[in-house]
Amino acid sequence: MIGQAGREKCDDVLVQVNIDTSEGIKVDIESKVKQLFGKQIEQSVKEVLYEMDVKNAYVTLKDEGALDFVIRARVKTAIKRAKGGVK
Amino acid sequence: MEFIENAVGRKIPKYIEGVGVLKPYRGPFATKPEGRKYAPSKAYNTPGDNKILNNIREAIEKTGLKDGMTISFHHHLREGDYILNAVVDQIAKMGIKNITICASSLNKVHEPLIEHIKNGVITGLQTSGLRGKLAKEISTKNILGSPVIFRTHGGRTRAIEAGDVKIDVAFLGASACDKMGNMNGVDGKSAFGAIGYAMVDAEYADKVVAITDNLVEYPLYPISISQTLVDYVVIMDEIGNPSLISSGATRVTKNPLELKIAENAARAIIDSGYIKNGFSFQAGSGGSALAVVKFVKEYMEENNIVGSFASGGISSYMVNMLESGLFKALFDTQTFDCEAGSSLRRNHNHIEMSASTYANPHNKGCVAHQLDIMILSATEIDVNFNVNVMTGSTGIIMGAQGGHPDTAAGAKFTVVVAPLMRKRIPIVVDEVTTVVTPGETVDIVVTERGIAINPRRTDIIEKLSKSNLPIMTIEKLKNLAESFTGIPEKPEFDEEIVGIVEYRDGTIMDVIRKVKQK
Amino acid sequence: MKKLRRTMMFCPASNPKMLFTAQIYNPDCIIFDLEDAVAYAEKDSARDLLCEALKVVDYGNIEVFARINALYTPFGETDVRELVKAGLKNIRLPMCECSEDVQKLERLIEEVEKENGIEIGTVKIQCAIETPKGVENAYEIAKASDRIVAISIGAEDFTRSLGTDRTKAGRELFYARTRVVIAASAAGVDSIDTVWADVSDMEGFTAEVRDAKNLGFSGKSCVHPSQVKEVHRIFTPTKEEIGKALEIICAAKEAEKMNLGVITVNGKMVDFPVIQKAERIVALAKGAGVYKEEE
Repeated sequence: MIGQAGREKCDDVLVQVNIDTSEGIKVDIESKVKQLFGKQIEQSVKEVLYEMDVKNAYVTLKDEGALDFVIRARVKTAIKRAKGGVK
Repeated sequence: MEFIENAVGRKIPKYIEGVGVLKPYRGPFATKPEGRKYAPSKAYNTPGDNKILNNIREAIEKTGLKDGMTISFHHHLREGDYILNAVVDQIAKMGIKNITICASSLNKVHEPLIEHIKNGVITGLQTSGLRGKLAKEISTKNILGSPVIFRTHGGRTRAIEAGDVKIDVAFLGASACDKMGNMNGVDGKSAFGAIGYAMVDAEYADKVVAITDNLVEYPLYPISISQTLVDYVVIMDEIGNPSLISSGATRVTKNPLELKIAENAARAIIDSGYIKNGFSFQAGSGGSALAVVKFVKEYMEENNIVGSFASGGISSYMVNMLESGLFKALFDTQTFDCEAGSSLRRNHNHIEMSASTYANPHNKGCVAHQLDIMILSATEIDVNFNVNVMTGSTGIIMGAQGGHPDTAAGAKFTVVVAPLMRKRIPIVVDEVTTVVTPGETVDIVVTERGIAINPRRTDIIEKLSKSNLPIMTIEKLKNLAESFTGIPEKPEFDEEIVGIVEYRDGTIMDVIRKVKQK
Repeated sequence: MKKLRRTMMFCPASNPKMLFTAQIYNPDCIIFDLEDAVAYAEKDSARDLLCEALKVVDYGNIEVFARINALYTPFGETDVRELVKAGLKNIRLPMCECSEDVQKLERLIEEVEKENGIEIGTVKIQCAIETPKGVENAYEIAKASDRIVAISIGAEDFTRSLGTDRTKAGRELFYARTRVVIAASAAGVDSIDTVWADVSDMEGFTAEVRDAKNLGFSGKSCVHPSQVKEVHRIFTPTKEEIGKALEIICAAKEAEKMNLGVITVNGKMVDFPVIQKAERIVALAKGAGVYKEEE
């Protein structure tokens, strides 16, 4: 199941999470600030996956300079949508 | 390579092959020049001289332009410039190589230089700044092979007058020119306003070529650059694209964030007490800067205050203030829009000035040193108030020194306005990537969320303590920025030096290294 | 000092940028909207954004509200559960029509507070009155819970329910607005005037704000930073007004010391409501930063 959240717009991030994998966690980041914040973005993604008890996922991000809390929120929403329990 | 630490804590090489000995920055007014100014070769003229040439090729031939020489250009045509590319193209076609370009600045329109650099036509660059793809190629691949020398507007004129750089041929774009080379920038279809950057070159270059698309009957008036300095006149179909040379009338921003920054800045300036009868003022051209001008204007009108002069970088907004009687005169070194250009033509108190008059610290008096208030922008500011306007946080060159260090040193009250962050990048940092303007010449930093006052300015700290402005230490401002963005990784650099940041007095403020590519 | 609620700035909770920039403009209160400003498909993402923002963003002294979706929608209950857990302290309840609407929310809030170890009573409520029935029951709504800090009038939904249109003169709203002001005052809570949507018409907005102030509203809803600035300007007492108010308060303090009953200031009788008004003027002046109490 794939869940998507966010937008490719200024200060936002488009996140896609595919939980139908079995190879652990893989994170792909596209961002203008990748050199400056790439490590932190990956760390935040992994933390949210852990909080939501997701052990296998392929996550892609198209980031337009989103702050950390926005990235966390988008990943959270994408995971929930992937799991299918959207309200 | 041996290094010496300068007064802002940056390590400067003692010597660079191809450039020579480097002197470290020691303070804004630490250098007192000695000796005589440089002078070009003597000239000779007789009645019946014909200066008009058919094309650029002829000019290159007649001026004796050869391998290894230095040529100069100016940026008063802004992104609409056709001249630089046309001249360099012709130089390349004629097989000439190893040319150094000494430009007052370079814009995105000058991207074709990339090819000429790769082909060895251009092997030296001296400019106020670099932008776009050319800047990126130099930053990441060092295509030039030797450091670009970045000078301030004032510093460039100092260097030319001192003979630090000897210009062999200067190519001057003029929107109106007569057969003897009298020229200006206010008449003609490609009018651009003040021709301030070119004036020093006209006086000190060995050969001077006027390039125009508007040959007028002799004599041209008004005369900005005199026939006594000009060797040849070349006529082109178009020297530039009018829609990119000048913009329409400048409008104040409606962006709430920029307005908030401007509001904070205006209140700080008002509370500082610097706005009073006879005060002088200059503002950069960024969004917040112009909005500050608007708030200052309102305050002046409410309190019947008349200033002495405003300088710049002049836009129609400033002209409006002049014509409303809020300032007695304008000093103009570059005219941004059409309305301001026509004001230059018709208002006697709208005064054209050379870049030397504007900002050269080694003449007998420059306008920048008469300023009371200066409003500047920044790409980065650090906890020592040092300002960067040249490189981004990733280390890539993407800006220009311009008159930033000149006016910061000269003004009694230097105000830097900037958002606390741009996208996720914090503007207030521990150490700027590149020091352009030293912290001791910067008085306050104004963002939308906080204002930091340089601890040196105890008088300003005292004056603003009674206001209810969000005053905080620069460290607190930095922490505030980082609380939103996180702390960015620092860019990685190679050993190769791709740029030297020369301060206005010829000493070196910082060096720019090649950005490591992954 | 009593909390000032001169401005209630609306921002869509679905806009990442506004979640960390709204406080720059110093409104007294911010309402992050999960209701009308957010499309159905994004109700979940907007809620997640606001939750994450609440965990890390410092809003200083600004009162942060969330306009949740009504409790009869599929979203409302989850809004309350997740937002209170994330640290939300103030909820704006849309479409309040009677005291039972408020009590239903109150029961849910209390449940969530208990579940999360939050002190009971922490989360406050603002009731939006947006229908004729709501206007009729305004006082009952305003008194329905100790958690209520303000009630507001929502003109768009109200005029739509009435089957009429909003006009510039606003006669169709007059009764509803004044009814809300009076009900709020009688119940001892704040009253907030409706939104002015046409941001480019500053003149019309200014006139409506002056009107709101004269009618007795505690504050005005705003949808743009320029509106916030304007409301604060209008709600800021003049030097003269502050001077007079201080005189009254001073005289009242003196009278209390000397056990006098009725006092006069400048030939005018000063009784309790006059002193209250003077105190409000000084509070507004302090809030606007134009008056600081000398020690």
